[in-house]
Amino acid sequence: MAARNRAKLPYLLVLPAVALLTLFVVAPGVYALVLSFQARKVTGGLLGGGSKLVFVGLDNYGLALADPELWSSIARMVLVALLFIPATVGFALLFALLLDVPRVKLARSSRLAIFLPYAVPGVIASLMWGFMYLPATSPIGGDHVDFFGATTVFFSVANVAVWGSVGFNMIVIFTALRALPSELYEAARIDGCSELRMALRIKVPLVLPAIAMCTLFTALASLQLFNEPNTLRPLSNAVSSTWVPLMKIYEDAFVNSDVNKAAATSVLFVIAALAVSFVASRTVSRVNR
Amino acid sequence: MRSQWRLAGALVAGALLVAGCGGGGGSDQPAADGKVNLTFWDWDPNMDKVVAIWNQAHPDIHVTLSNPAGGDQLVSKMITAHEAGNGPDIAKVEYQSLPALVAKGVVADITQYTGDAAKDFDDTTLKATRFEGKVYGVPQDVAPLMLFYRTDIFDQNGLKVPTTWDEFKQTAQQLHDKAPQVAMTNFDAADPGWITGLMQQGGADWWSASGTTWKVAINSAQSKKVADYWQGLVTAGTVAKNPSFSPQWNKQMNEGQIATWISGAWAPAQLGGIAPNTKGKWAVAPLPAWTAGDKTTGIWGGSATTVTADSKHAAQAAQFAAWLNTDDKAVTAQIQNINIYPAATSGRSLPILSQPPAFFPNQANYYDLVKQAAPNSRSFSIWGPNVTVTFSGYTDKFGAALQNNTPFATALDDIQNATVADMKKLGFTVS
Repeated sequence: MAARNRAKLPYLLVLPAVALLTLFVVAPGVYALVLSFQARKVTGGLLGGGSKLVFVGLDNYGLALADPELWSSIARMVLVALLFIPATVGFALLFALLLDVPRVKLARSSRLAIFLPYAVPGVIASLMWGFMYLPATSPIGGDHVDFFGATTVFFSVANVAVWGSVGFNMIVIFTALRALPSELYEAARIDGCSELRMALRIKVPLVLPAIAMCTLFTALASLQLFNEPNTLRPLSNAVSSTWVPLMKIYEDAFVNSDVNKAAATSVLFVIAALAVSFVASRTVSRVNR
Repeated sequence: MRSQWRLAGALVAGALLVAGCGGGGGSDQPAADGKVNLTFWDWDPNMDKVVAIWNQAHPDIHVTLSNPAGGDQLVSKMITAHEAGNGPDIAKVEYQSLPALVAKGVVADITQYTGDAAKDFDDTTLKATRFEGKVYGVPQDVAPLMLFYRTDIFDQNGLKVPTTWDEFKQTAQQLHDKAPQVAMTNFDAADPGWITGLMQQGGADWWSASGTTWKVAINSAQSKKVADYWQGLVTAGTVAKNPSFSPQWNKQMNEGQIATWISGAWAPAQLGGIAPNTKGKWAVAPLPAWTAGDKTTGIWGGSATTVTADSKHAAQAAQFAAWLNTDDKAVTAQIQNINIYPAATSGRSLPILSQPPAFFPNQANYYDLVKQAAPNSRSFSIWGPNVTVTFSGYTDKFGAALQNNTPFATALDDIQNATVADMKKLGFTVS
């Protein structure tokens, strides 16, 4: 009796996770897949006189892939990612190493200050930065520098994202640094190693797995770039409504009310995202080994 | 971004799911005492005061006002809510969006409830809400495009109010020479309402229909004439080019860095929120003409009160829509609080129209000028069934043209192509 109960226990324990996953990831995913094979067609008359959903096979996928705006949005996302990923991981590593130096002053409050932006919701952060960028309201020289220029806009968007994510990644790397055995440092000091050489030759190689994980997180975050450009959009002509892929999907679904094409683009995007995650996690596990 | 690693498919479908779960309104079943509850989506400032009058006089039909979004954004919300089956009972819809909402089955045919109310509108006004003989909304206001200008800036710089577009261009140059930090006006790529009004004045007819066949002429010669004119002003640097209703634009308007606003007759109520420091400094004039003496103008917005297909109390909802736009007390309250110029014929002779809007205490003849402009406002033959595509195309293509200094005419070609492609995809016949 007791043995049978124990056999059921694991299933019971994973049930909430499976139920939530099914309800909020699998079911909507299947729904999106179904939508992606359908299209809305009007049924005669000047104004259509109502409309119906018809099965169109892979038409939506063809349309989505042939849309030059999708490819431009991907290109813009990649440009932001090229700024966002190295800057986030680089600053996170730098701050973590600085905070790990012995006898550093105000370590706790600095750590909190660096982490704090992570607690600010992305939309709020983007609005705040938007006001800092706009010439009329800028306290940081927006009337001299055009933060929404053709090139500068990529830096402006990436900056908001970096500002929001450095803190989290800094904590991840800092925690990894703290887990290193202190004998290593003592031995290095006895050998006359300076703090700088210790950081570069001992700490960085040993926390490489944490750095790799941060890079993976940040790369996935770039795929999901949406809040920052979408919030900055009404402030400037520089950010179009299809600036990054998720904005393009949102625009198709909720502005142009073509949910079906948006679903097809989403499915394609999921496949691409899974491929990126797969390659990236393979790389990470190789580093960890 | 951040730590929610949700996948994109889940995002779109999940958003639909959330929309389905969220309480967006919808009709309650009549309570035991027979009381009907209606929800009303509207973004007019001070509309609550008008709704309060109705609720006081109609204890059996309670209207709850909500303002989830304005203009085109509300149209998107209505479509999404309709898909989820939880739209409001009543909604304010601008004329340009109505055919699209009819085509999607979002708004209801209320011909049977509006027989009496319809008599209070002239044919030109009713044309905006009546398609193929069916009435889909009660017109609320008409908004002829006018020239709003800062009297103080014009006086300080010795400028005369321009009556033709040639004069407007010269005046812009004079202002630029005397006060380079002040722009003549703002060229706005964010809101398509004003540019379509200018296109209408210029003789363009973006959509027309014969039988069930559509003709789309967004990149016609008339449109390009208007676009080229504005490109000239933008290139000369005499007009600003920021998105309107943005913090940047609001601040420029409030601090006197923009001398004119080409806008609809509803502008005074909006200006109070946009540029509170400028009370009493504005005046209105007819829109400059392409040829001297021509009184033709366009429209920006103008709305109808519609009943949605989801409403379970269409009769009561239509009754409210009719009351809101034809009852003398309701229309008076709207003129007073929202500064609309009424669509109803009877509303146009109300005594309240002899008083200027609160934000324009200096211009006693405000509504006289609007009244003169209204009959000369020209709209397109009909608004397209997919204006949202056209409008988002305008925002993106003109935004990019302003950003990269590329020709407006090419942007018009792009919008034309996107609009026609979408209509064909949906199954409309396009000639």
